[in-house]
Amino acid sequence: MSAARGAAPRPSASPRDISGNVKMTGGYGFTLAGETLVALASGALWWPEREMLVVSDLHLGKSERIARLGGAALPPYETYDTLERLEADLGRVSARAVVCLGDSFDDRAAAEGLPEGVVDWLVRLQAGRRWSWIEGNHDPGPVALGGAHLADMVAGGLVFRHIATPGGAGEVSGHYHPKARVAGVSRRCFLLDRSRLILPAYGTYTGGLWSHDPALSGLMADGALAIVTGRVARAMPMPR
Amino acid sequence: MFSPALPPAFEDWFASRGWQVHPHQAEMLARADDPSLLLIAPTGGGKTLAGFLPTLVDLAEGGHHGLHTLYISPLKALAADIRRNLSTPVEEMGLPIRVEDRTGDTPSSRKRRQRADPPHILLTTPESLALMLTFEDAARTFAGLKRVVVDEIHALADSKRGDQLWLALARLQRLCPDMRRVGLSATVEDPGAIAALLARHPDPCDILYADPGPDPDIRMLETEERPPWSGGGGSFAIPAILDEIRRHRITLIFHNTRAQAEIFFHRLWMANEEGLPIGIHHGSLDKVQRDRVEKAMVQGRLRAVVCTGSLDLGIDWGDVDLVIQVGAPKNVKRLVQRIGRANHRYNAPSKALLVPANRFEVVECVAALEAVLERDLDGEPRGPGPRDVLCQHILATACAGPFDADALYAEVTTAGAYAGLTRAGFDQCLDYCATGGYALRAYDRWQRLVQDGSGAWSLRDPRAAQLIRMNLGTIHDSDKVKVRMRFGGGRPLGEIEEHFAAQLVRGDTFLIGGRIVRYESLKETAIEVTRASVKKPKIATYAGTKFATSTQLSHRILRMFEQDSWPELPRHTAEWLALQREMSSLPQEGRLLVESFPFDGCEQLCVYGFAGRNAMQTLGLILTKRMEEMGLDPLGFVASDYAVLIWGLEAVLDPVPLLDRAALHEGLERWLAGNAVMKRTFRSSAHIAQLLQRNAPQARKTGRQATFSSDILYDTLMKYDPDHLLLDITREEAMRGLVDFGRIEEMLARVGDRIDVVRLDRVTPLAAPLFLEVGKVPVEGAARERMVEEETERLMAEAGLGS
Repeated sequence: MSAARGAAPRPSASPRDISGNVKMTGGYGFTLAGETLVALASGALWWPEREMLVVSDLHLGKSERIARLGGAALPPYETYDTLERLEADLGRVSARAVVCLGDSFDDRAAAEGLPEGVVDWLVRLQAGRRWSWIEGNHDPGPVALGGAHLADMVAGGLVFRHIATPGGAGEVSGHYHPKARVAGVSRRCFLLDRSRLILPAYGTYTGGLWSHDPALSGLMADGALAIVTGRVARAMPMPR
Repeated sequence: MFSPALPPAFEDWFASRGWQVHPHQAEMLARADDPSLLLIAPTGGGKTLAGFLPTLVDLAEGGHHGLHTLYISPLKALAADIRRNLSTPVEEMGLPIRVEDRTGDTPSSRKRRQRADPPHILLTTPESLALMLTFEDAARTFAGLKRVVVDEIHALADSKRGDQLWLALARLQRLCPDMRRVGLSATVEDPGAIAALLARHPDPCDILYADPGPDPDIRMLETEERPPWSGGGGSFAIPAILDEIRRHRITLIFHNTRAQAEIFFHRLWMANEEGLPIGIHHGSLDKVQRDRVEKAMVQGRLRAVVCTGSLDLGIDWGDVDLVIQVGAPKNVKRLVQRIGRANHRYNAPSKALLVPANRFEVVECVAALEAVLERDLDGEPRGPGPRDVLCQHILATACAGPFDADALYAEVTTAGAYAGLTRAGFDQCLDYCATGGYALRAYDRWQRLVQDGSGAWSLRDPRAAQLIRMNLGTIHDSDKVKVRMRFGGGRPLGEIEEHFAAQLVRGDTFLIGGRIVRYESLKETAIEVTRASVKKPKIATYAGTKFATSTQLSHRILRMFEQDSWPELPRHTAEWLALQREMSSLPQEGRLLVESFPFDGCEQLCVYGFAGRNAMQTLGLILTKRMEEMGLDPLGFVASDYAVLIWGLEAVLDPVPLLDRAALHEGLERWLAGNAVMKRTFRSSAHIAQLLQRNAPQARKTGRQATFSSDILYDTLMKYDPDHLLLDITREEAMRGLVDFGRIEEMLARVGDRIDVVRLDRVTPLAAPLFLEVGKVPVEGAARERMVEEETERLMAEAGLGS
């Protein structure tokens, strides 16, 4: 047990100490590579010092892509729903920088085929904010939208990329869509150990991968936490 | 009695076997030209031969090219069984007839050949037929078809598999205008309803009745051991059941659920010291395992088989001479059909034993026995054909080539189940198939179906045809995960529910196929297990239908409760009922009993509605929703056929306002918004209407996070498009299937304002079994959030991480 405790990330004293507005968002505060961060109940990550909001795996345009490929015509509302939640989060924390951790679009054509209203909406969200698109496996290369297009990004002690790397340190990534079961229900979750943080998928039409899947339990160090989303973000030992 | 129409070769053949043509077989032959004909006959009445005689006689003369008769059965195994049975007369009389079967298990090379060069008689399932009709060469495949025989039609008439079949028959009839329809059915409560489904609407359909044979020899098993207070396994009766197995040639032991069959088989095997050959058979076991058991049965190498509904239908399982039903029969009609499995000789009584698994079931078994002897069968009318099946049918039609909407509408309404479909209703389904049918017209560029200049509809993307074909069918229970051994070549054992698999951690043990295995790891599409030798395994949950106790049977039980004493019941059960009457009260037909008591750290509320499992489940949903609003902090509930038990943090001392009729109706309306049962109903319809396509040509390797829950689609539609067709269908489905609000209405009408509230300081005899029911439904409310908080804090504290 002591080994596990040694490897575990320490929760910071209280979420309230980090930022006055965190309590309102039901966030869970912690430190990673010396930086103080807050996992929001919505599944976004808030970095108060940089006034930066990080979201992962938006998968915008998913229903359009499935229909285009001859699949079902899913309810075409997921892009609106995702952006609505993002807008709400941006307003709640007054973010001045936004990082989208990859798979922001379900594929390149989906990025190019976004309805005009959605493009306008994105432009509106980007106004007055530094906006970075990290490449994902679904959306490699830059897309024709404002903002910086990056393979990965370093800021302070942290590195932001889409897929976690085995030796990553201070690494913030997405890709796996982690989820965990707590009190009989399944919730999207952050996974956190001493060297890395994996964000849950933020997009409305996204599924999840159990934290006990070998892909995740093999990646996360002993003593890792799962921070489950919902009405309030809450940490627990990561189910393996 | 020989029919004058029977050719000499057939007369000789019957005579050589010492057989007589039954009157109903002769009449079927005499009326071979009826456009539709329904035969009601008991098991063992030569029903199948009656269905095939006109075909064999017609084909005996030779000269027919191509398909002559299509035989549809609800079971793949039945198709294979009939092929073997037909080969005997065909070979012995030297008839020029080619007979083949075609199911999901048929190799694709043979399937292709069958489409190009069909046999005279093709034996298949509704799903395989639907698939054949999606190919462009369907008209050529079915050219010349004269007859279609639907076997075990009573089993199809209750399900969407039937609805899919009635639509396929309408298509076949258009391709082959002279096609005659024959239905073969077990005894049912409303033969006219089945005849209306079988016939081309509005053609008439006569019904023939075979001699129903003698009354069954049926009783309740007397055991030295008393049935337990609760539980559903029937383990207490194992010594007595082993005695019965020894005394009979082949015994079928039916269970209501797969999980119970597993536990029972495991315990039976432990007690089987002399090593009697006993097998297990249920729908979640691997096909190879099931085949082995079926073969051993037919060859008479097994003395008993522990089984579920997977053996309900009419396969000739050898010389079965005893049927044992473990657990309450729930439904008198199905019980009668199961009993018929024993003794396939015509005009010999079937022998059956009922084994109630607990004391409540003793009451239900006695009530069911009385109903069987009075030939009082039960059943509920099914209502019009569901539109999710129609949506799938429209998509499947498009796979076969361009179609005209007017012609398709005309064709669909010749199916009895869809005779009342309005053109507007049809157009709504067509629009859903073409564009998704959303308020937001998002798919102009990517429509699924497009119209050409002449107005004909076809698939925009030909790739879609493959996807649609791969996802045909109406059976979509829940997600399942395969189970296989880690070593020895990864032998498949069967499948378990994904929900159950997700809760397993390495080292957990569970039962499957009668053996205990240890969970080792999750591979891409299967979980790997190893043998384990522990005493108390977990119990896997298996997808499988849970039947609700019928209205008629429920009423019989309530009427029994009103007696002063129960001489027809075993003493232990009579005493138990007396104890309940003394401690609290017994439910009555014209009153509603509600108990409230603390237990297990929660406040419990038990409502004895006797409206069947599904309706009681609905009542639980509505009541917990109302309790949430009233600040009574409900945590969850569990429903049985006779009661719903709700637990929460606050005692409900005055439940009368909760049960107010108007409030329940309002609850039904508002509660439709967001609960698990509605989502389950939606998921099933979304799969059938192919809004969700589970099967893809190549499943993505990294996969599982790529698929997302249908709950998300449901929530999205509720939020952005609440009038969408699929939500309409979901509400409609909810009225009959899982929700069954009709039976809540029936309960409310029955009890009026006669509600008896009893507050106690402990659990009552009648409530106790509910604590062991599976299928507990959590309430996603404030109390749940409190529990999430408490559990995460506890886990953190245990890990030494508490703040």
